[in-house]
Amino acid sequence: MSFNHHRFSRRNVLAGAAAGAVLLGAPAIVRAQAKSLKIAVLLPQSGYLAQAGQSCHRGALVSPAVLADFGHHVELIHIDMESNPDVARTQTERAINEGAQCIVGAFDSAGTLAIAQVCEQRQVPLVINIAAAPQLTEQGYKYLVRNFPTGGMLVKNGLHQIQALIDATKITPKTAVFLHANDNFGMAQRKGMDAVFPTAGLPFKLLESIAYDPKAQDLSVEVTKIRGLNPDLLLVVTRAADAIKLIRDTVRQKFQPMGIISPGAPGLYDEEFYKALGPLADYHIDALPWANPKSKVTQALEAAFKKGQPNYRFAVECFNVGFTFDALLIAADAFKRAGTASGPELMKALMATDLADHAMIGPPVKFDAKGQNVNIPSSCVQNRSQTPTVVLPAEVATMTPVLPMPPWQGRT
Amino acid sequence: MTAITLNVIVQGVLTGLVYGLMALGLSVIFGVMRVVNFAHGEFTVVAMYAAFILFEVLHVEPLIALLPIAAAFFGIGYLLQRTLITPFIGRAEHEQFILLVGLATVIVNGVLLIFGPDARPINLPYSFDSYAVGPLFIDKVRVLAAIAALVAASALFLFFRYTRTGTAIRACADNLTGAAVVGLNVKQLYAVTFGLGLACVGAAGSLMATIADASPGLAQAYTLLAFTIVIIGGLGSMAGALIGGVLIGVSEALAGFYIQPSMKSMFSFALLIIVLVLRPQGLMGRRL
Repeated sequence: MSFNHHRFSRRNVLAGAAAGAVLLGAPAIVRAQAKSLKIAVLLPQSGYLAQAGQSCHRGALVSPAVLADFGHHVELIHIDMESNPDVARTQTERAINEGAQCIVGAFDSAGTLAIAQVCEQRQVPLVINIAAAPQLTEQGYKYLVRNFPTGGMLVKNGLHQIQALIDATKITPKTAVFLHANDNFGMAQRKGMDAVFPTAGLPFKLLESIAYDPKAQDLSVEVTKIRGLNPDLLLVVTRAADAIKLIRDTVRQKFQPMGIISPGAPGLYDEEFYKALGPLADYHIDALPWANPKSKVTQALEAAFKKGQPNYRFAVECFNVGFTFDALLIAADAFKRAGTASGPELMKALMATDLADHAMIGPPVKFDAKGQNVNIPSSCVQNRSQTPTVVLPAEVATMTPVLPMPPWQGRT
Repeated sequence: MTAITLNVIVQGVLTGLVYGLMALGLSVIFGVMRVVNFAHGEFTVVAMYAAFILFEVLHVEPLIALLPIAAAFFGIGYLLQRTLITPFIGRAEHEQFILLVGLATVIVNGVLLIFGPDARPINLPYSFDSYAVGPLFIDKVRVLAAIAALVAASALFLFFRYTRTGTAIRACADNLTGAAVVGLNVKQLYAVTFGLGLACVGAAGSLMATIADASPGLAQAYTLLAFTIVIIGGLGSMAGALIGGVLIGVSEALAGFYIQPSMKSMFSFALLIIVLVLRPQGLMGRRL
């Protein structure tokens, strides 16, 4: 063993002593300044919400590499909340005990509410990726931001897009029927519709709202009822399995509306839907927030997704993947600006977010005093060649909308 | 009556006939053995998946696949009776209940493990076709499924009526002690009966797969549906099962059309309560 005596100079000793003094004088700063943010991503990877939860999870899996390319470093802990709010609560406690500095999740409003309570107690910020229950940002939580529209916003924005669609395609629908599942989500959408539709100024009359049981064998009775009303437009809030039943029975009963449009619900753009219906899955429209195909962030995310998840289509999954990525991006961006992972400081930075480049369509991400991003617009996504394709707003569209949709005959 | 109401009734009758075939299996097993198969819906779902696999892998249509599936289910039922059910015959009813509920849990979780929670549709070339009869549109798959259900139920009826084995099974149902005294092999006949009950389930499951997408979540609903039908029709009555199925199919369809589709099931149960109050033995059942 030997020492390099030439480097052990008076100047080096002084510099070392000065550095040591800084270290001793500011221990808190040094401890808090981690290189990467440790984020626990809580999602329903199993249980009844597994399909969507897994889709979000795939987004979380590919995100760190994309974030790193944009200069953000995150360390993710992936946790399954089993579609169960109680599990969500205990797993959040565990994640925080194990060092999670921020929580992202959780697709489901009930689970997210349980997580929010723990985050509030432990002063760890929660960035909501997907959850529409209005009370999440109405209960005064201080450690929560949501980059997802509330149920009411979804319906309102969805109806605005339907108006834009009517203007763009110059169709003149006179009547519509609203068909919705009678589960939590469907009933919340119904409430939103009842509240928003009368003042939305749409040029058609809502003839009836029909609730159906998503566990029903088929929707033949529902479709017969709709056929009896003969509306021009069919507005639907479905899940994938019900959407398949709906189209199947609509075709069988030879009912041909101008269009089948969802004012903000899954179902019409699921892979299961395309596989089951083939060409009959085309031309249905979803008016909901969507990934911006023209954003460089989305393009980078898509490239990473193609590489990391070759068995899944980004175009089909980009709603869940995009919102999950954006939640992680928001957390990472706040961490970079805060320079610390300390809960209160990180939360302050989150509330000051002004993020222009992100994956989903919309203006820069900003949060109001309640932690809600109130500027998440919907877009019109139409199924074309069994791929969800942005057709409105025009500035981000990759195709123009087609309405009335072509007849069923000739498509089977 | 408007054309659209008539359309709803026709669809209800067609669906009800397939329901009836499914419930027939439950009725036959109970009628002869006094064993209530609480895994009935689970077996139906397994049959739906069997039809799905045969269609996806071998491209065999469910209307044809119902024959091998029914045969396979007969074998499963026969073996199940000889190995698992026989020791429980004559034991307390709650023990039978626990056994079959346990079996149901194993089956539905097995299906969930193998196939996952997603619904599996069978996309037949004529899945979207319908017959236009005047102003009525009648689904082709429902018509074919209902005809197949009627044929299967008739075959079972003829078997019980005109074959020696069928007559022997009826003898067991009417007077077990008498049947044993005259030398009938009761254990063997019980196994054949359970096999026949499951064969009905196998056939019904194949037909159901053309109407509804196979999913593990359907199992409990089908068990409940089969119970409702046989209680309305009369537990142990073959004709009662078919009539109960049609009544449920039509009442659900009409309630869905005139009131609210999400309230369909409520009307089946209302019908069940009315029958239980006014005629506890069911419409075609013998007075208890």
